[in-house]
Amino acid sequence: MNILDLLKSLLSLSLGDFIRRNFGTGPGTELLIDLGGVVILSTFCLLIVIFLIWLTRKIVARMQDRIGPNRVGGRFGLLQTVADVMKLLSKEVIHPAGADWVAFNAAPLLIVISALLMWAVMPFAPGVIGVNLNIGVFYILAISSASVMVILLAGWGSNNKYALLGAFRAVAQMVSYEVPMILALLVPIILASTMSTEGIIAAQTLPFILFAPVSALIFFVSSLAETGRTPFDLLEAESEIVAGFHIEYSGMKFGMFFLAEFLNTLFMSGLVVTLYLGGYRFFGLENWVSADGYPYGRLIGLAAFFAKTFLLYFIYDWIRGTLPRVRVDQILNFNWKFLVPLSLALVFFVAIVDKLIPPGTNVVVRMTIHLLLNILIAAVALELLRRRGRQNRLAMSAGGGSGGVEAVAGHGGGHDDHGHDGPQPIEDVPDVLDTPLGAREPVVIPVH
Amino acid sequence: MSQQIIFFILAAITLTSAVVVVTIRNLFHAALALMVSFLGVAGVYVLLEAPFLGMAQLLVYIGAISILIIFAIMMTRRLMQTNESPFNAQAVGALIGAGLALAILFIVIIRFYPMAPGDGFGQSAMVVDPATLQSSVARMGRSFVSAEAYVLPFEVASVLLLAALVGSIVIAWPHRGEEDNQ
Amino acid sequence: MIPLSWYLLLSAALFCVGLYGVLARRNAIAILMGVELMLNAVNINLIAFWRYLTPDRSVGLVWATFVLTVAAAEAAVGLALIISVYRSRDSVIAEELDTLKN
Repeated sequence: MNILDLLKSLLSLSLGDFIRRNFGTGPGTELLIDLGGVVILSTFCLLIVIFLIWLTRKIVARMQDRIGPNRVGGRFGLLQTVADVMKLLSKEVIHPAGADWVAFNAAPLLIVISALLMWAVMPFAPGVIGVNLNIGVFYILAISSASVMVILLAGWGSNNKYALLGAFRAVAQMVSYEVPMILALLVPIILASTMSTEGIIAAQTLPFILFAPVSALIFFVSSLAETGRTPFDLLEAESEIVAGFHIEYSGMKFGMFFLAEFLNTLFMSGLVVTLYLGGYRFFGLENWVSADGYPYGRLIGLAAFFAKTFLLYFIYDWIRGTLPRVRVDQILNFNWKFLVPLSLALVFFVAIVDKLIPPGTNVVVRMTIHLLLNILIAAVALELLRRRGRQNRLAMSAGGGSGGVEAVAGHGGGHDDHGHDGPQPIEDVPDVLDTPLGAREPVVIPVH
Repeated sequence: MSQQIIFFILAAITLTSAVVVVTIRNLFHAALALMVSFLGVAGVYVLLEAPFLGMAQLLVYIGAISILIIFAIMMTRRLMQTNESPFNAQAVGALIGAGLALAILFIVIIRFYPMAPGDGFGQSAMVVDPATLQSSVARMGRSFVSAEAYVLPFEVASVLLLAALVGSIVIAWPHRGEEDNQ
Repeated sequence: MIPLSWYLLLSAALFCVGLYGVLARRNAIAILMGVELMLNAVNINLIAFWRYLTPDRSVGLVWATFVLTVAAAEAAVGLALIISVYRSRDSVIAEELDTLKN
C-alpha cells in the first residue's frame, strides 16, 4: 500500500483499480468500490448544486444589468447559497390542513431521488461512470418519465387548488415534451448504433452536433420544457400561478424541489454534451496513459467534460435571462404542431439515409451527407412556417384591419394587437385569428 | 446468495403493495401503492436480466398508466366521501375463490418445478454467455422488423395503439351542452 | 441461484391478489387496478420462462412487450369509459351501473 501509488491513483481517477490491486478482486471489494462510487457521486451532485445556484444568480444578475450576491463570503458572494440553505433549514415546516401526508411528504424525497438516479449513467471521463448500462439512454428516459408522477403527488398532496392546477399544467407540459425529446434522442442512437452513453461517446469521432444539428436543437428545446426552465417556466413563475405545484412547501422541503430543478438542468446539460458534443473527448488526449500505467488522461477528460457542461449550463442561464415566458397553450401548440412532426420527419429520414450510406465510408463524408439532410429538413420546415404565416397575415389584414402578424419562424408567433379599431359586430371577425402555429389570440370585443 | 436476498426484498415489496392496492379504502393511496408494486415488478425484470423491459415498465406503467389512473381518480371523485366499505357483497366469496386459485397454482408449480436452489434444470438460471444477454435488445429489435419474425404483430400493435388513442379521446370528450363536472 | 419456481410462485401470488381485487372491489377504477396487477403477473411469468428456457431467442421479450403495449391501450380506453360513465351517471360504483339488468 504505497502512498505514492494512492496519490497517483487519485490523480488519475483510477481509485477502483488501486483498491482492486491491493485488496484482491472478490465480491467484497466490488461491493466496496460500488458503495464508494455511490457516495462520491451523490456527494458531488449535492455539492455542485451549491455552486450552481450561485452561478445562476450571478449570470442572470449580470444579464439584468445588476451585480447579484456580493456580500456573503467576500466580494463575490460565494457563500450566498450556504446562507440560503441555512435559512431554509431554520424555517418553520408548515403542514397544511387536510394535506394527504403520504403524498405531501413523499414528493420532495422522490423528486431528489429521481434527479440523483439519472446521474448513474453520466460518463465523466473514460472509465469513470456510475454503471455502464448498455441501455443507458433508455434508462434516462425511463427515470425522467417516472419523475413526472412526483409532481402530481406534490400538487395533489397540498390540498390546494392552485397547486393542483399547477401540477396539471406541469404534467401536461412534461408529458407532451417527452415525445419530441425521445424522437430527437433516437437520432444519436441511430448514428452510434448503441444506447449506451459510453458507446455514443466512443462513436463520436466527429461530434454529432455536426451530423444532426436539428436534432440537437429539438432536444435542447424539449429539455428546456422538461426541466421547467424559461421560456417554459409558467409552472413556477411567481407572477403567474404563485409558484405552481410547490406553493405549500416551506423550508427544506421547498429546498428539495429547488435542488432537483438545478440538478436536472445540470444533468440535461451533461446529456447534451454527451450525446452531441462528444462528451469527455478532447482530441484523443483523454486516453493518455502514462509510462507507469496510470491513466492521467482521465483528468483531461474530466476537465473537458466539465468545461463543455458548464458552457451549456451557461447557455441555459443565458436563455433564462433573455427570453420572456411562453403562455401554456402556446407551449403545447408549439410542441404538438411543430416539434413532433419535425422530429418524426427527422428520425424517419435520418434512419433511411443512414441505412443507405454504405458502411465503410469516411466519417467526414458521412457527416456531410447527414448535415445536408438536416439543412434540407430545416429549410423545408422554415418554408412551410413562412407560407403559413403569410397566409395568416393576409387573412388577418383582409379581415379586420388590425396590424399584420410578423411571420416569424418560431413558436407562438408574435403578439397581435388586441382588439380592432372601433366597434365591430361579431360577424366581421375573421375565422383565421391564429398565429402560424395555431394558438388562438384572445379576441377582445370592446364593450361600449 | 445476494440474488436471493434481492429477490426476497423485491417480492416482499411487490406483494405487500399489491395487497394494499386491493384492500385500502382511500383510492388515491391505492394508486400510489400500485406504483410501488410496478416498481417492484420492474426490479424483478432487471433481476431476470431483461433490463430493457424493466425500463419499458417504468416508462409505460409508472410514467403513463399511473398518471392516467390518478387523473381518472381525480375526475371521478364523488362529492360525499362515503365511509362504506370498499368491498362489495361478494368479497368473502372472492377471497375464497382467489385463495383456492392460489392453492391450485401453488400445487401445480411445486409439483413440476423444484423449489430448492441447485444445479438441475429449473433450479437455477441457465448459464448463458453474457454477450447473448447483452445483445438481447438488438435481437428483439431485429425480430420486430424481420418478415419471418414478428413484424406483423408489431404493425397490428401500432394500429391498436392508434385506435386506443383516438377512441379514448372520443369517448372521454365532453359532449356539447353538458356541464363540466369539475 | 434462484429456482424458476420462485418466480412462478411470485407471479401466481400477484395474479391471485389482482383477481381478488377485480372480484371484490366496488369502484370501477379499483377493478381496473386489479386487472393491471394481473397483467403484470403474467409478464413476470413470461420473462421468467424466457430467461430459464430460451434466453437466446427473443420470443419471450417480444411477447412481454406486446402484453405491455396492449395493457397500456386497454388502460387508456378503460379509463376513458369510466370517465364517460361518470359524466352521465355520476357514479363509478360497479354495482350501481345495472341498467341492463332484467
